[in-house]
Amino acid sequence: MSSEQNLPTRAELPAMPRDEDGPVFAEPWQAQAFAMTLWLHEQGHFTWPEWAERLSEVISAAQADGDPDRGDTYYLHWLKALETLVAEKGLLTGEALRERKDAWDRATRATPHGQPIVLP
Amino acid sequence: MTDHTDHSHLSDTELRVRALESLLVDKGLVDPAALDAIVDTYENKVGPRNGAKVVARAWVDPDFKQWLLRDATAAIDSLGYTSTQGADIVVLENTAKVHNLTVCSLCSCYPWAVLGLPPAWYKSFPYRARAVKDPRGVLQEFGQDIADGVEVRVWDSTAEVRYLVLPERPPGTEDMAEEKLADLVTRNSMIGTDRLTGGGAG
Repeated sequence: MSSEQNLPTRAELPAMPRDEDGPVFAEPWQAQAFAMTLWLHEQGHFTWPEWAERLSEVISAAQADGDPDRGDTYYLHWLKALETLVAEKGLLTGEALRERKDAWDRATRATPHGQPIVLP
Repeated sequence: MTDHTDHSHLSDTELRVRALESLLVDKGLVDPAALDAIVDTYENKVGPRNGAKVVARAWVDPDFKQWLLRDATAAIDSLGYTSTQGADIVVLENTAKVHNLTVCSLCSCYPWAVLGLPPAWYKSFPYRARAVKDPRGVLQEFGQDIADGVEVRVWDSTAEVRYLVLPERPPGTEDMAEEKLADLVTRNSMIGTDRLTGGGAG
């Protein structure tokens, strides 16, 4: 891999986060992002190598921006890669995503605590 | 940022996921029930036990083992554990002279069909970087001192090829049934960061 010579030396690296079996997904949104990716792939919207390439690009960019990348930010990278790929494949536009996110934000603020959040 | 009002709260990330999912549903590109089924499968049904059963079968059935080493994708498929990512699986046999360690240095490709989803450390940059540069040091941190005479081989996964380590059958397990043997096989032993010790010969 071309990035190999740029890897920090061992002394510069933080300890690996080690866990026992641990939860598969730390939060429900991670599971949703994961499942959407698998489903879109299975439906033929992109190939798995295309997906892996986007994901590794996002991870490399985050590292360059100072993410220590200890595994806990993994699904954030996953989500960004998915947003990028669906836009690239013409499934959704970045603009539509932003508008819909704002709509959910407004709906959330308008919903009393404890009630299901729905779009108007 | 404090927020003492009594309305609901979703994080920025949760909002992004909702936006993505609801738009894809509106366009008919995803089916919420299908997403639930995928999550259920990976949370509850797939996991390292599938891999452990593959390993135990290879220990008791020499023909299966030969098939597994020659064409792991087909051999594993015959047990019903099929990858939906279209990646081939290659099985690496640990012996007295060779210890195999697997990693994905770029992202975190992993043999999901047999091991479930990867642990946090496997996805971390320190592991991804160090497994390649200093595998013996990494193994030491996992409590595995690999003797000088044993060759350590590191295998870097890709989107097309995933690796599964076939650990050595522990001494003292000669009379154990396949099902019991599978219980001895740890997830980490199939990634290569663990070696199996005796099966409590009694």
